[in-house]
Amino acid sequence: MTVRKLDSTLVLRLIAGLLIAGALALCGCALKDYPQSTLHPHSDYAESIQRLLETLVFWVVVIFVLVEGVLIWTVVRFRSRPGAPEPKPVHGNTTLEVAWTIAPALILAFVAVPTVLTIFKTQGRPPDGAMPVRVVGHQWWWEFQYPEYNITTASELHVPVGRPVAVSLETADVIHSFWFPAVGGKRDVVPSRVNHMWFTAGSLGEFPGQCAELCGISHANMRAKLIVSKPEDFQAWVAAQQSPPVEPDSTSLAGKGKQVFLEVGCVACHTIQGISPGIIGPNLTHFGSRGSIAGATYLNNDDNLGKWLANPQARKPGATMLNLGLNPDQIAALVAYLQSLK
Amino acid sequence: MALAHAAAHAAPHEDHPTTTGLNSRKLLFWAFLGSECMFFGSLIATYLVYRGRDQTGPHPHEIFAIPFTSFSAFVLLMSSLTMVLALAAIQRGNQKRGAIWLAATALLGMTFVGGQCYEFTEFFYKGLSLQTNLFGCTFFVLTGFHGTHVTVGVIWLWTLFTLAVRGKIPSEKSLDVEIAGLYWHFVDVVWIAIFTLVYLIQ
Amino acid sequence: MATTTAPITAAAHAPAESVGSLWGWITTVDHKRIGALYGVTAFIFFLIGGLEATLMRIQLARPENTFVSPDVFNQLFTMHGTTMIFLAIMPLSASFFNFLIPLMIGARDVAFPRLNAFSYWVFLCGAVFLNLSFFLGGAPDTGWFGYSNLTSSQYSPGHGVDFWAVGLQILGIASLAAGFNFIITIVNMRAPGMKLMRMPVFVWMTLVTSFLIIFAFPVITVALVFLLFDRFTGTNFFAPAMGADPVLWQHLFWLFGHPEVYILILPAMGIVSEVLPTFSRKPLFGYPVVVYSGIFIGFMGWGVWSHHMFSVGLGPIADSFFALTTMLIAIPTGVKIFNWIGTMWGGRLELKTAMLFAIGFISMFIMGGLSGFMHASPPADLQQTDTYFVVAHIHYVLFGGSMLGIFSGLYYWFPKMTGRLMNEGLGKLHFWLTIISMNVTFFPMHFVGLLGMPRRVYTYAPHMGFDTMNLISTVGVFGIAISLLVFIWNFLSSTRSGAVAGPNPWGGATLEWAIASPPPAHNFGTIPTVHGLDPLWAKDGADIARTASLVRGHIHMPPNSVWPAVSALGMSMLLSGMVFGWWVGIPGLVFMLVGFYSWAFEPCH
Repeated sequence: MTVRKLDSTLVLRLIAGLLIAGALALCGCALKDYPQSTLHPHSDYAESIQRLLETLVFWVVVIFVLVEGVLIWTVVRFRSRPGAPEPKPVHGNTTLEVAWTIAPALILAFVAVPTVLTIFKTQGRPPDGAMPVRVVGHQWWWEFQYPEYNITTASELHVPVGRPVAVSLETADVIHSFWFPAVGGKRDVVPSRVNHMWFTAGSLGEFPGQCAELCGISHANMRAKLIVSKPEDFQAWVAAQQSPPVEPDSTSLAGKGKQVFLEVGCVACHTIQGISPGIIGPNLTHFGSRGSIAGATYLNNDDNLGKWLANPQARKPGATMLNLGLNPDQIAALVAYLQSLK
Repeated sequence: MALAHAAAHAAPHEDHPTTTGLNSRKLLFWAFLGSECMFFGSLIATYLVYRGRDQTGPHPHEIFAIPFTSFSAFVLLMSSLTMVLALAAIQRGNQKRGAIWLAATALLGMTFVGGQCYEFTEFFYKGLSLQTNLFGCTFFVLTGFHGTHVTVGVIWLWTLFTLAVRGKIPSEKSLDVEIAGLYWHFVDVVWIAIFTLVYLIQ
Repeated sequence: MATTTAPITAAAHAPAESVGSLWGWITTVDHKRIGALYGVTAFIFFLIGGLEATLMRIQLARPENTFVSPDVFNQLFTMHGTTMIFLAIMPLSASFFNFLIPLMIGARDVAFPRLNAFSYWVFLCGAVFLNLSFFLGGAPDTGWFGYSNLTSSQYSPGHGVDFWAVGLQILGIASLAAGFNFIITIVNMRAPGMKLMRMPVFVWMTLVTSFLIIFAFPVITVALVFLLFDRFTGTNFFAPAMGADPVLWQHLFWLFGHPEVYILILPAMGIVSEVLPTFSRKPLFGYPVVVYSGIFIGFMGWGVWSHHMFSVGLGPIADSFFALTTMLIAIPTGVKIFNWIGTMWGGRLELKTAMLFAIGFISMFIMGGLSGFMHASPPADLQQTDTYFVVAHIHYVLFGGSMLGIFSGLYYWFPKMTGRLMNEGLGKLHFWLTIISMNVTFFPMHFVGLLGMPRRVYTYAPHMGFDTMNLISTVGVFGIAISLLVFIWNFLSSTRSGAVAGPNPWGGATLEWAIASPPPAHNFGTIPTVHGLDPLWAKDGADIARTASLVRGHIHMPPNSVWPAVSALGMSMLLSGMVFGWWVGIPGLVFMLVGFYSWAFEPCH
């Protein structure tokens, strides 16, 4: 959208880029080492921020080196030494005052202009054809709804690469903050408000995210995963999510698990399409297809799932999910059932 | 409030010279009033920010009885006049007259507070309580704090009245009354702001 | 003039009560003793806040650690922030205001000595009340900024938030009382000839800070009133279900909160503006500019509050406005730094401990200021806010800034307070341990924040790349702890047996150096007349130094009084009755009324 000047801006970006790259190289950073990094942009939104950050870092480094340098030089040069002359009682210098007021003001102008431009660009309306996603924050998990596809899921946000995603942000309880660093800045979810943001993911992969506003005892455990896939893979995922839940063979362990599910009270809080209507907890219709559980805090495997069902609060302090006092048989059956819901 | 009361009654060794020539207790009180402006300003701002956001009633236009409140406001305004007269009398050395005007101010203040109590009771019976809606909490907390300030002022005035009746406020001590006057006028000005912004401009 | 060898105790004109006694301390209205009370109390709470930090850092040394539970961790960071801001830095600054302002302006005490004592006792009561929460059902755990609606009774049942809200109300009264007192003192009690533009910069910064206090605290008072009403009486100020906006809390809080951070830094800037000239052997460079910058910062600080709310979604216009005002306020801040460097330039720098800390302040504050500059840009801030990058920023400005400035002041004015010098060797050890350890602790936080670690998390996942940097930060904390032990040892042993200091061991220029160390109860025997800045460096400086201690005629000092302490206790009990119940509240009301009335009608002699 903005015309890129091919002279000073580019030079600035090069220097800043070198500085950042240099710093990163020093610590050998790569995204796989720092999966939640804000310094590895993978969307247009994150790119815009990165460019602004480069400008900021450039000036910060310049100012730092200059001012700290002068400070250190002054201390070294004017240390008291035997025979040092009595200092002249200088009270000030108007020219200097004017100069070192204007200089910072100019630097600020160099930063302010791209700042305001980026604000309006990144907070503007999403492009036409953006895929709407409705995000609802809960204590302590993220709910994702796809109005276009009639899908409700939790903790894992699937998006196709290259297509803009228009996210609307709400909360069911307290203030949380929606944040996938790889694709952009964070945005709070505030009661009685709907916030918006949009981004276009530019790379395939899985990117972790985390709630970034203190929301209670398990704030640290309110995590999520962004899964960016090729358009055809995304459509395949959509189709799978839209299909009705897998119906287990009634004699199998999974079948027994479904019975347990219906009997012990899960239906009060969880939705499995056509089977149970609860909306307090995450939608479990295709639970088995998820790679993580409990607000993306544990890998989805039988062991973790079993421990969760046995004692949710032990795995996630303060968890709203009740400890239903299940015995090991019930747990094993439930695990089988839930994992069957691919 | 009580603190300012203490300041106003501090022992009279304030006669040493001050840098500005102004009395320190008076300056202290002005600073205090400045901070009270921020206090009431925040309360009023909250009322204004929340105005019109209620889905459920009662709403202001259903509840307010402007004629009655106007009379109440007039009473408070008159009390500022009597306060000025009280100070003038004390400054002239006429403690008896000063006591009369102080009592008048206090009585008018009590009338105002009485009017507030009556008004709030009426509102309550019309269905507006602290907990009813945003209008309820913002209105009652704002006017409640104001009423509390008036009440503290009334106690202050009766204390001064007692002192004046006993001849304990000669003209050299008129600063005590002047500071009470500053407080009283401030409380009146706050009411003018509240009356205008909350009652008149809906 | 002979100096006494005992610390701040007996003076020739002291009141009849035995000054070293407990009763003497409870009833004191002497600004120097009140300053000592503030200083010791605040330092103890600084250590408590440091302990809270240490426990958190141990928990965060490894991923998925189980040293403390999440519940305890959330209490720790809430109390660490609240303690450091309200119970450590602010009262440490107050201890400097108390001790120095009358001395620097040539006065015998503050304008309202009993109000001064009242401020201290209210502070102590509030501090104790807040910390009682640990033992009475749990400390507050919703962050030092207590965002609604997490703080509602629905999401925070239990008394933690009540302790926090009531505690802050009590502490607010202490700050307000002190703010009023220092404004009047500075405006109205200056020595003859001390025009405003002849006041030491520390006095100016105290004046600006005091104005910020008296205008900012009422706003948080109102916010806390709303919160307490919601929690105790079921009102709807922050109830989204009834149409309220939890963001209102944020606006009110940060309208207070941003001036608050200037309240935290301006005193340290004032201290450094006094220390640098003395140890550079030349006057402050650009005195009027430094003063005007401070005033400008005081005014502009009211226009930036929503830079704490860039992630809330206020909209591009609001975000742009606050970005610009925030960037603007960097200018006077930078100008001050340049003037400080200008002070040292061409000087003859004596690198005593006080000076080292002052230089350290400048250096660390530059870093904190630059990370703040990075926050000023909302889009970039949306990656930084609520991460450890902000934690780094905060600690560079508050520890590297405020605390280093306060240490500088402590080393500088210790001789004036006690009549003795602190040990320079230990002081330099303290300095180097501090500056190295604080950088080890906080510098990695810049990186771990930008690499994705949020704040206020009791643990983090392994394989996020946060492990090493967290471990380094934890190691640094122990360095800070050791540095503090060195300081405490130096302070205590120097108080007892440090070298005798004399009135002006550093060759300072301001009036406090004209009189004995420690000063007598009445400060100046003869109030000096000043004719310019830096009175002791002026042509008649020697005359001032000679005559300031000469007592001519009777000096009347205000007598001790127990009523400030009684009133303070009563008022605190009354407010704490909201949490403890009527059986505390009613006696509190009685004490308070008895206290205030006795205060009001107390005879002067």
